[in-house]
Amino acid sequence: MLEIRELEVYYGVIRALKKISLHVEKGEIVTLIGANGAGKTTALRTISGLLRPTSGSILLNGDDITQASPRERVRKGMSHVPEGRRMFPDMSVLENLELGAFLRRDKEAIEEDLMRVYERFPVLYERRKQMAGTLSGGEQQMLAIGRALMSRPEVLLLDEPSMGLAPLLVQEIFNMIRTINESGTTVLLVEQNANMALQIASRAYVLETGSIVLSGEAKELMESEEIKKAYLGGN
Amino acid sequence: MMNRLFEKGRMKYIFALLVFAIGQLLVVTGYLNDYLFSTLTTLCINIILAVSLNLITGFTGQFSLGHAGFMSIGGYVCALISMRIPTVPGFLLGVLTGALAAAFVGFIVGLPTLRLKGDYLAIATLGMAEIIRIIFLNLKITNGAAGLNGIPQFVDWMWLSLFTFSSIILISNFIRSAHGRACVSIREDEIAAESIGIHATKYKVTAFVIGAFFAGIAGGLYASYFYFLRPTLFGFSRSIDILVIVVLGGIGSLSGSVIAAILLALISTYLQAFPELRMVFYAVALVVIMIVRPQGLMGSKELSLDLLKGFGRKRQRGGS
Repeated sequence: MLEIRELEVYYGVIRALKKISLHVEKGEIVTLIGANGAGKTTALRTISGLLRPTSGSILLNGDDITQASPRERVRKGMSHVPEGRRMFPDMSVLENLELGAFLRRDKEAIEEDLMRVYERFPVLYERRKQMAGTLSGGEQQMLAIGRALMSRPEVLLLDEPSMGLAPLLVQEIFNMIRTINESGTTVLLVEQNANMALQIASRAYVLETGSIVLSGEAKELMESEEIKKAYLGGN
Repeated sequence: MMNRLFEKGRMKYIFALLVFAIGQLLVVTGYLNDYLFSTLTTLCINIILAVSLNLITGFTGQFSLGHAGFMSIGGYVCALISMRIPTVPGFLLGVLTGALAAAFVGFIVGLPTLRLKGDYLAIATLGMAEIIRIIFLNLKITNGAAGLNGIPQFVDWMWLSLFTFSSIILISNFIRSAHGRACVSIREDEIAAESIGIHATKYKVTAFVIGAFFAGIAGGLYASYFYFLRPTLFGFSRSIDILVIVVLGGIGSLSGSVIAAILLALISTYLQAFPELRMVFYAVALVVIMIVRPQGLMGSKELSLDLLKGFGRKRQRGGS
């Protein structure tokens, strides 16, 4: 469904991504793990169109979208939850969610999706009139995910949903990602918290200073000595 | 019937008509002498300028210091046209052409500069306004530094209130549309806006062009009322004056801009009697207001019946 071929990204003269290739099949949760500065966010932003690659290609359902603008990618069924949540702080929760459906014109279906987001995240319904900036970190993360779901994506790109959250909340968010996936949305998850990410993912790629150094089934990677040493804190 | 009349969306039109009627009454009965009318004209022009700058700076979050430049384009174009066609249609043609010219320049300038952020954009727009001023200073048709004299005067209360109210209402309708929401989301978080499919550059340029258009209208009214124009009238300090109104009223509050413009007009009118202390008091008043209410008089809220009702409720709760 989503295929990345030899993607290369430069920041000025610095090569941030060195020809990475990966693919995500329909219905999967695939995770891209790696340490700080490995290039995970760069990869995700390039996939969603916020950054331009110098070379390589991105295919969504077989269409080449390498040159497409972010909004064309949203229209084609891709939705990106940016790193650090980034909601619109001086707007209400409801307005944030409505903006998630900005490109859609099918009013009734939008209303249905809104109800679905509220069912999934009841706390957002309780706080629908509250300014998004006054929500707690976990609620903001739910809002960011809810907003992304409002465009009815086929593929959801998640950038470090665990960032700055207490362990219990991280668990809760990850459970939600799993249920979102179970209801049919394909997920590409970028994470630093390798342990959590590998638990819900079917496959994983490990990114190190701009290159993919390892990939495979999430379960296998969890058992691998290298991964344990470098990312899971085991011996 | 009463309920229909006081439906939310209609209140502003009723209010506008009411203000127009009161003003008209004052003009007809002669209470509004020339001096007061010129103050009122300055006030209305400032309101249009502040409301249009608020769309760019307050709602879309693009810090612009070039509003006087757009105003001067509107002013000169309107002056040149209405001097050649000194009739009311000529005046209207002048105002509209001036506004369109300002909007066009806003588009040309906005396209490259709106990629810049914060301070850089402020400097770029400041530079643009200076370039416009220097062009007017050197053009033959605008009569250089001496400026244009004897511009036919067509601004009366009817045109003044018509242009002022339609500017406020059109801009407030824009802000409440889906496009307006998109603009606000860019102010809130540009990357998030892009990620949900909002074309940030397009909406920034749109806000800039609309803001420039209305600044052009303000310039046209200025030219036609004060019947002479000089490039020095549109220097850096005028852009700052407009920005002061916006910041004082509240970034992202149209009614705040209107209230601040009225307040500043009152302060400067009452201080007219003490010319040597006027600017000192004016400055002190600004400093005090900014210390007491750094978010501006209205913050990002709008004056509405709901707000007044809410205020009443709070008062009651506080009392019991």
